[in-house]
Amino acid sequence: MKILVAVKRVIDYNAKVRVKADNTDVDLNNTKMAINPFCEIAVEEAIRLKEAGSASEVIVVSIGPKACQEQIRTALALGADRGIQVETADYPESLNVAKLLAQVVRDEQPGLIIMGKQAIDSDNNQTGQMLSALLDMPQGTFASEVKLEGDKAQVTREVDGGLQTLSLNLPAIITTDLRLNEPRFASLPNIMKAKRKPLAVTSPETLGVELKQHSTLLKVTPPTERSAGILVNSVDELVEKLKNEAKVL
Amino acid sequence: MEREIMEFDVLIIGAGPAGLASACRLKQLDPDLNICVVEKGSEVGAHILSGAVIDPKALAELFPDWQEMGAPLNTPAKQDEIVLLKDKTSSIKIPNWAAPKSMHNQGNYIASLGNFARWLAEQAEQLGVEVFPSFTASEVLYDETGRVKGILTGDMGIDANNMPKDTYMQGMELHARFTIFAEGCRGHLGKELINQFNLDQNKDPQHYAIGLKELWDIDPAKHQEGLVIHGSGWPLEGDTSGGFFLYHTENNQVAVGLIIDLNYSNPWISPFDEFQQLKHHPTLAQYLEGGKRVSYGARAIAKGGFNSLPKMNFPGGLLIGCDAGTLNFSRIKGTHTAMKSGMIAAEAIHHALTNSNDDAVTFEQRFKESWLYTELFSSRNFGPALHKFGRWIGGAFNTLDQNLFNGKIPLTLHDRQEDHAKLQQVTESKTIFYPKPDGKLSFDKLSSVFLSNTNHEEDQPCHLQLSKEDIPLTVNIPLYEEPAQRYCPAGVYEVIEDEEGKRLQINGQNCLHCKTCDIKDPCQNIQWVPPEGGGGPNYPNM
Repeated sequence: MKILVAVKRVIDYNAKVRVKADNTDVDLNNTKMAINPFCEIAVEEAIRLKEAGSASEVIVVSIGPKACQEQIRTALALGADRGIQVETADYPESLNVAKLLAQVVRDEQPGLIIMGKQAIDSDNNQTGQMLSALLDMPQGTFASEVKLEGDKAQVTREVDGGLQTLSLNLPAIITTDLRLNEPRFASLPNIMKAKRKPLAVTSPETLGVELKQHSTLLKVTPPTERSAGILVNSVDELVEKLKNEAKVL
Repeated sequence: MEREIMEFDVLIIGAGPAGLASACRLKQLDPDLNICVVEKGSEVGAHILSGAVIDPKALAELFPDWQEMGAPLNTPAKQDEIVLLKDKTSSIKIPNWAAPKSMHNQGNYIASLGNFARWLAEQAEQLGVEVFPSFTASEVLYDETGRVKGILTGDMGIDANNMPKDTYMQGMELHARFTIFAEGCRGHLGKELINQFNLDQNKDPQHYAIGLKELWDIDPAKHQEGLVIHGSGWPLEGDTSGGFFLYHTENNQVAVGLIIDLNYSNPWISPFDEFQQLKHHPTLAQYLEGGKRVSYGARAIAKGGFNSLPKMNFPGGLLIGCDAGTLNFSRIKGTHTAMKSGMIAAEAIHHALTNSNDDAVTFEQRFKESWLYTELFSSRNFGPALHKFGRWIGGAFNTLDQNLFNGKIPLTLHDRQEDHAKLQQVTESKTIFYPKPDGKLSFDKLSSVFLSNTNHEEDQPCHLQLSKEDIPLTVNIPLYEEPAQRYCPAGVYEVIEDEEGKRLQINGQNCLHCKTCDIKDPCQNIQWVPPEGGGGPNYPNM
């Protein structure tokens, strides 16, 4: 069985997000980029399933400009077998991503698709669900545990107030939550090997998918800055200030 | 458990200008060489911080068509200003003729050294060099004859109690016929090698400074792309020497910074607070007011120059760039000299490999015949003159020496006291109170560190090791009020007082990898060792 994993190139979670001076978007110039942490968890899970003998091949797909090949190589260094880059000028919105992924799934026929529950840049949390609808496949979102048994996948989901366990018929789509696993480090020899693993480049045209714009980014503004606090000398003074200055009591 | 081993022809520690120039030069000389560069930062450039005004001399030798190749040196230095700050409001401009000509910047470029290193790494990779960020070199490996045979990469996934976690990955032995150490100023392996092979025999001790830098987006109306301002004076006083810079770089940004020599004597000095105060001077504030700070960082600088330069080759390897101390302090520039030292090292290693020599013995001769030697030799008196005679007479000496004699005055000044030994006790020193930051031009340490994007895996052993655990309590706190609290630009060191009394808390996660603590601790009790690979600052554009 093949496992297909989708990964997105996003701003590194350690990097401070800066907004462009004209508020048109986030400034990504010279900012460190990385594989989306949830996607990295998806890659790790796929590799563990392969190591456990449940899968024969792990294919990593990423959609974006040429630079996203770096993230595919990262996934290959962690242990994925081959990569596919769908080259686009920009990072398309979720529905377009889902349509492109759907076509890759039709071509590759994987038994399982694992992806992050959301990307930390746009925080949409919808591509997995959209893909499931487009392909008419069962979905297990926010997975914190995945077990494969025959042609079924048992997925434990983190839901409000507890855990829910689903049994899905394969092929199915699983989106990962933070607690599913802790990704490994890539070793030096594996990073070197990853450079020689196959990486195919395709395009929306080749896949026969027309990208449509469904939404427009109007404005990005940074959160308002918190003003400095002051030290008060007594509880009475605090109460007085909360009442008369902050007017919250 | 036996460690995995990988073999290379040449191994390079550190993906800065020196290491990468050396890698590129080696590949130009022999495309078949198998070359590996390891870098502790999460990506190339993540740990690099410099002014920077760069002299493209070495770059032009390495890649004559660097401009067509798109090297990110986009802003020619158009105008030099040298300003002496007399007090918190007044200043005088020094006319060009009265300034040492080493301070003139025609033909140089204002650039981000981090971005330049990223570009250099791309060139190296295109030439076939393997560059591995997020891997630290934790130990030097020697063969049975004592020759350097490579390094050990740091273990990953070790918890705070030194126990392996689920993600544990054992470090590997990287072996090479030659290993080049290019860790930058006060590299922890470089420090070991200098001792191991007595490389600093008959040399003056190395001298250091700490450089603090911020990047600001400023009002486009105040921006003068290409303007280079240098100066000294206020707020530094007494025997605390240093200088500031303010460069108008591209995209309506300015790079502003302060460099303070680490031979200051007053333990109350806080380089960070001096820098914050400096920005309130009208000379700088006129540009910064209304602007927005976008990045912050700090790094130690090796500035001893020629007199402190250790022997750079030893059996099995070489020490290059700021790891050795090739910076030309009279020009406050180290990029072109670091690159050149790397290129000479490459040529010497190539010669040694072709002739099956065990040691790159031709390095010294090549170095002596190069412009690098001439440049460092002619500026050998610059730092010592300032230290010996002070800012005024030392400055005049330097103008005379550099402008009339081209650095050939037939005498050599020495500065033989180590920087840390100059620190006086609190009882002998004037207490300094710094004004509170205003949140507009000046800021506190923690909000500053936040802008450096510094991150370390939390659950790991502390990478700032005390040789003797009791020194903070027995010496540093009683005699010096623990100066680490003040010289550390990232708030790593905190003295906490509770029911049990005072103790030193080390917040290793904040560390900017500047190495100042390793240099300035009066007892030389703090050893900086690399944390888990990929940890540390993530400088975007510094």
